[in-house]
Amino acid sequence: MSKRKSTSTLSLLENIKATQQILRKQLCGQSLPHNMYGFEKERSHLFELVKRTATLGESNSVLLVGPRGSGKTMLLKSVLQELKSQTELSEILLEVHLNGLLQTDDRIALKEITRQLQLENTVGDKVFGSFAENLQFLLDALKRGGQETKSIVFILDEFDLFAHHKNQTLLYNLFDVSQSRQAPICVIGLTCRLDVIELLEKRVKSRFSHRQIHLLSDIKFEGYLGQFVSCLSLPDTFQDKTYRKQWNTSIQALAKEDSVRDILRKLYQKSKDLRTLHSLLVLPLCRICENHPQLEAVDLVDSSRYLTQDSKAAMLHGISVLELCLVISMKHLTELYEGEPFNFEMVYNEYRKYAQRRSSMQIFEKPVIMKAFEHLIALELVRPMDGSSSRTQKEYRLLCSLIDSTQVEDSLQTYPGCPTDIRQWAASGVVG
Amino acid sequence: MEVHTTILGILQQTRIAKIEKVKIGGDFIYLYSIWESVTDDQKMSELVCRKLQQETLLALFGEREAVTIPSIFIYGHTGTGKSYTVKNILENLQAPHVIIDCVECFTTKLLFERILGGLSRKVPSPENDYTCQIRCENMNDFARLLKQVITDIGCESETVYIILDKAERLREMDANILPAFLRLQELTGCNICVLLLSEIVWEKFRFGTGYLEPYILHFPDYTKDQILKILQLDVPSNYSEDFYGNYLSLSLSVFYTACRDLTELRHLAKLNFKKYIEPIESGEATVEDTRKLWRNIEPHLKRALQTVYLREISSSQWERMQEKHADNGDKSSLTSSGNISAMVSRSNMELPFYSKYLLIAAYIASYNPAKSDRRFFSKNCGRLSSRMKKNAKKTERTSSQLLGPKPFPLDRLMAIFYSIMEGRITPSAHIFSQISSLVTLQLLGHIQGGDLLDSPKYKCLVSFDGIKSIARTVGFDIVRYLFDFI
Repeated sequence: MSKRKSTSTLSLLENIKATQQILRKQLCGQSLPHNMYGFEKERSHLFELVKRTATLGESNSVLLVGPRGSGKTMLLKSVLQELKSQTELSEILLEVHLNGLLQTDDRIALKEITRQLQLENTVGDKVFGSFAENLQFLLDALKRGGQETKSIVFILDEFDLFAHHKNQTLLYNLFDVSQSRQAPICVIGLTCRLDVIELLEKRVKSRFSHRQIHLLSDIKFEGYLGQFVSCLSLPDTFQDKTYRKQWNTSIQALAKEDSVRDILRKLYQKSKDLRTLHSLLVLPLCRICENHPQLEAVDLVDSSRYLTQDSKAAMLHGISVLELCLVISMKHLTELYEGEPFNFEMVYNEYRKYAQRRSSMQIFEKPVIMKAFEHLIALELVRPMDGSSSRTQKEYRLLCSLIDSTQVEDSLQTYPGCPTDIRQWAASGVVG
Repeated sequence: MEVHTTILGILQQTRIAKIEKVKIGGDFIYLYSIWESVTDDQKMSELVCRKLQQETLLALFGEREAVTIPSIFIYGHTGTGKSYTVKNILENLQAPHVIIDCVECFTTKLLFERILGGLSRKVPSPENDYTCQIRCENMNDFARLLKQVITDIGCESETVYIILDKAERLREMDANILPAFLRLQELTGCNICVLLLSEIVWEKFRFGTGYLEPYILHFPDYTKDQILKILQLDVPSNYSEDFYGNYLSLSLSVFYTACRDLTELRHLAKLNFKKYIEPIESGEATVEDTRKLWRNIEPHLKRALQTVYLREISSSQWERMQEKHADNGDKSSLTSSGNISAMVSRSNMELPFYSKYLLIAAYIASYNPAKSDRRFFSKNCGRLSSRMKKNAKKTERTSSQLLGPKPFPLDRLMAIFYSIMEGRITPSAHIFSQISSLVTLQLLGHIQGGDLLDSPKYKCLVSFDGIKSIARTVGFDIVRYLFDFI
């Protein structure tokens, strides 16, 4: 009791630290959420499949299809976690994690499989005739080792990338093994491409079980709001109960505020993806400190302003007056010729017509203007129509502007110290 | 020193370090150290005007062992302190980090090995026979080795930062590199935060089925006052801050409209300061004499905009030129800007007499429609019909000055050449060989394809200003012969 009294501020600091640690983990996608939302049916389906492989020695293959951030990996992780927590299964269930981003061809993939099954020593310097022979050897080696056959779960993340490998050897062999009764394996593919089946060759396709689990989020706004509360609340396991209660009630109060609801609704209408929600919450959470121990609506408003900033307008804000003039010239050219491509000479001509009318403007030499123009190309605000290998002179290369005329107008509003005649020029039509 | 400045010049000029030819070894390290010295130089500006960004980054990084977001994308114009701020913060935190410039590491192998080497803090050197370099060929090995390196240096629990500068180059590498870096935390299972720095907006990075989106952070450009404040940090010890500030606002008044890049402005300001204080050192003016100093420096700054800023001459050349002027005390040449531009001259090349006429003929052939040749070169030409005149005026888009040179066959070139030459010339191999030497000089372009032997096609690559000055040397009024100027 006395201890608590003497270190009351410290315990606040400690509590904040602990809170940040737990919630950061969740928002950054490193730990599973303490209460999962939705996909109960899909989850039990997947759970059954993997379990049957483990217990009955049944081979299976399945594809998890869903857009990015819909929770494919999360679902799979939670299924595997639950299976592993059952001790009798954790011994006979082996996992092989492959990712299309890492294993860019089948040779690397096979090496990685060997490594993950810890069979490097068994394989040694053996030379195999074919891919299938090698894989079969690996599976047999597992059989020989233990008294009973071990089941392997192959997890292929970014499944669509494996379909681009030469002859789809890995997929063919894995599906082939899962079809024949060699060793109990379960092939789980994760992908965000709905048309992934079309990528498979005929002989691969015919060996696949065609079992697909679609994870399409149908989350309602109320559910979304619930996710907002749940991913910011502290779990029951949190040490300081009073602090936890206090924090959780503050989060619930936050969710009822109108400004917060507005922001969340806007975000929800843009994307139901929970990852965007997380990135909204990350900064406010990170900013919590002793002087600012609670999340407030203002923080969220701030953060959402960061996220919704128009990046091109932000870049336009930083270009020089000369470059701005060129952007306006390009805007006029695009309007005049209805979006047809232009080249540097035309832009220069347009600019010169303007600059000669206004004697107040500093007049630059052509090479200086060229340098400014090249800067715009480097910033990719202007795109060459043909490839970079084209042999035409750079003055006459056809280009098209990637800046919308409304974006130009918006950026002119915010441009620091924009000369009035430039603004007028931009607003006016073509200079006669 | 000379080499140093030249390389620096090249780097500043192209902003692309060309290191393709340089193999790993002594040279490579040398180039790299130059970059280092540039950034060290900037240390004087201890994070001025970047408080907000610093706070945001610090909050996102959190404590040393805190879990961080997998990747942060930082964008903003060059010279807005992206790399510097990040570097400064990480050095102050003493967090394990490695900074990689993606221009230097132009292959995936280089990229991986530099990251691993940088984290393990082992540099290939004579002591270890250049053997400690970790070999890494592909992303799979990289993820595995990275985990190993992190365990080796004892940072399993700490956040490890990988900073990829000029990240837009990653788009040109294999398709799996960028998405894999964005997911590196998930792929390795280590506490890694990848920071991507670029001057290109994130929208241009998206490709295919999309990536794990990074946290996007914008570094806004400095305002004019902030730029002045930062430039003020360079104040020389023997002059007061007010005096230098005065000079800076003068120099900004010339350069600021054309360029807002801090490094560029800083370079120019430093370079011209010597000239600015010249009257003071020679006793012609005092520190208070701002008006006189301004009159003295203004033409100089304007000229610098046309030469040094465009990198037509290197900064050491510029300094030498300034000294030469000072030695001669030649005041008249200072005021005539033509003098210097002649010295720097963009297309001042002494050509043989016939070559000049060939070039003029080529220009006419490239920029005039073939139909109009009769009007310019035949004896009894009719006047331009009113309808044709109207057509010419109607749309400027058709003006060939704006659209660039058109290809023409050799026969047409020769026909125009004979008609503009006074007196008779016999066609000889001599003249034809001059055409091919003009092609080698890149004044004419040879059009690929078609019949190469019988009727090769060419294009004139000289600009209008260039051809005017060439025509002037032979006393030929080219404007009279150009369709666009009638």
